Amino acid sequence: MNLKLIINIAQSLLVARWRQTLVAAVGVTFGITMFIALLSFMSGLNDLLDGLVVNRTPHIRLYNDIRPRRHQPVTLWPAYQNTYPMISSLKSGNIRQEIYNSGPIIQALQQNKAVLGVAPTITAQVFFNDGTVDINGVINGIDVKAETKLFHFDDYIVAGKATDLNTVPNSIILGIALAQKLVANVGDIVQITTSTGAIFQLKVVGFFQSGLQDFDKAQSYASINTTQKILGKSSLYITDIRVKLYDINQAPALAKSFARIYGVDAEDIQTANSQFETGSFVRSLISYAVGITLLIVAGFGIYNILNMMIYEKMDTIAILKATGFAGRDVKAVFLVIAIAIGLFGGITGLISGFGLSVVINHIPFHTAALPTVKTYPINYNPLFYFIGISFSLITTYLAGWLPARKASKIDPVIIIRGK
Amino acid sequence: MENTILAAVNIVKYFYDPVKVKVLNGVNFSIHRGDFVSIVGKSGCGKSSLLYVLSTMDTDYEGDVLIDGISMQQKKEPYLAKIRNEKIGFVFQFHYLLNEFTVLKNVMLPGLKLHKYSEKEVEARAYDKLKTLGIADLALKNAARLSGGEKQRVAIARALINDPDIIMGDEPTGNLDKKNSELVFDIFKQLSHELNQTMLIVTHDPDFAAKTNRIIRMEDGKIVNEEKNLVG
Repeated sequence: MNLKLIINIAQSLLVARWRQTLVAAVGVTFGITMFIALLSFMSGLNDLLDGLVVNRTPHIRLYNDIRPRRHQPVTLWPAYQNTYPMISSLKSGNIRQEIYNSGPIIQALQQNKAVLGVAPTITAQVFFNDGTVDINGVINGIDVKAETKLFHFDDYIVAGKATDLNTVPNSIILGIALAQKLVANVGDIVQITTSTGAIFQLKVVGFFQSGLQDFDKAQSYASINTTQKILGKSSLYITDIRVKLYDINQAPALAKSFARIYGVDAEDIQTANSQFETGSFVRSLISYAVGITLLIVAGFGIYNILNMMIYEKMDTIAILKATGFAGRDVKAVFLVIAIAIGLFGGITGLISGFGLSVVINHIPFHTAALPTVKTYPINYNPLFYFIGISFSLITTYLAGWLPARKASKIDPVIIIRGK
Repeated sequence: MENTILAAVNIVKYFYDPVKVKVLNGVNFSIHRGDFVSIVGKSGCGKSSLLYVLSTMDTDYEGDVLIDGISMQQKKEPYLAKIRNEKIGFVFQFHYLLNEFTVLKNVMLPGLKLHKYSEKEVEARAYDKLKTLGIADLALKNAARLSGGEKQRVAIARALINDPDIIMGDEPTGNLDKKNSELVFDIFKQLSHELNQTMLIVTHDPDFAAKTNRIIRMEDGKIVNEEKNLVG
């Protein structure tokens, strides 16, 4: 088949009916525009909402859980080796919260190729003393650098600087709701009492806002050293190791293997936050469904217009066939017309979809949840553009296929005799 | 007989709508290279139907059509399209040109489809044909803006573009006034005389038929009479 000639004929037919062509192409353009804008926006929102949790949640968390000891004395007693003992009123034992050998474990994890980074933490339960009132709170001892790199700690600091935790001795960053309760400003000193009764004075170097009110009411951050001092522990004392992976999907498998290798408890993000996965999946599904519906509607528009064009061009088709064009050539002409509409409409759709995304990305959007977010989020993922253009070509091809087949089956004798 | 270009072998054709009617009832004849043949007969005698069968566009018939000695029965549609493209040129009563294209492009299209010559060569050949028919000055006009007589002449140029073995015409002058009819006939005569072009023309215009070399008269789906006409 002579493709150049086919394209040439298709082009002439298109130009002769450029208004109809334009209407068909505008249908596709609209579909693709909305598809791109909707998916980018939805995906941006998804990332934002997931980020609320996922950004701050480690993919794997290593810790020692409080629970009854696995090996009770009775199971070690030789006389009961081959029996099943029943123990009632079993209590959790005095398991140390500390992770043994935390230094070597952290080093080993950092060398693991699947691991993006490791952040050791300590949690300390304390009371914030505000005059006669004691407020229950938690101090998280963190490695500021690792925390910022892995968990976007910086993004949630609304006053002061995160790095001050390292440079200012005995310093603390308070949750904004906690700070309001304590009527504390940056630079003020707050007093805390630990669970063992020790009293400390800490300097407030900043506030953070997570967007979860309950979280902000109780949480505060200090450096690992400061927290170890508050708890009266050595500089090796670590209660949690928080791991971020390159591939989040490997978390459940790796968590199991880490738990076995290092003899600790390991919790993966999927188990800890399964509902977020479901939420973002459903949201993506809805946006894809709406986008694809728009394209299918555009496809019907193309189908209609091509059908009309074929009725109008019966004479042309008959003459082409009489002068030696086979049915498949005629079919190719109409398929080329359909795909040209799809390609033209699709590319304009991609461009205006990108434009609309940029516009949405500039609409102001203030939320307490994310202090760094000032406008509606957009995910400029090239994948959406790829899906958009492929889908526009596929729909137009399918929409053109039936009319093209009809055109190829037209009997020139009937048309020529008809007059 | 090796210079027989077209042969009809016992062709029988039915129309089924609204009732079964036998439109062609065993038609036999053959055309030699260089013949200028006209088929005449009353309206409904089957002469147009015969032409469409011979043209390979209508495949629903019994008997056989031999073009250049090759049977057209049981051939696939793309093969028949190729035969039409290569060996047959058409001139119709109403369906002249593609209005989306210029005159030149209309003439060129079957040549481009044949793909025997490059686009440049096809264009040069198309100009040549237009010049032969005295309408080279219309080449770049849009086909829709031509008069009926002009359109028919362009259609003849298009029929000639691939140097076909035979030109078939279905009432080529039926829709033209007397002056244009004569003009078109003169062209046919010129083609017959100067280029020795084989032509088979269906017409009900006795004046037209009288000027051809051979007249086949049809009645009720059969050939009833055949005259040689040496006047030319």
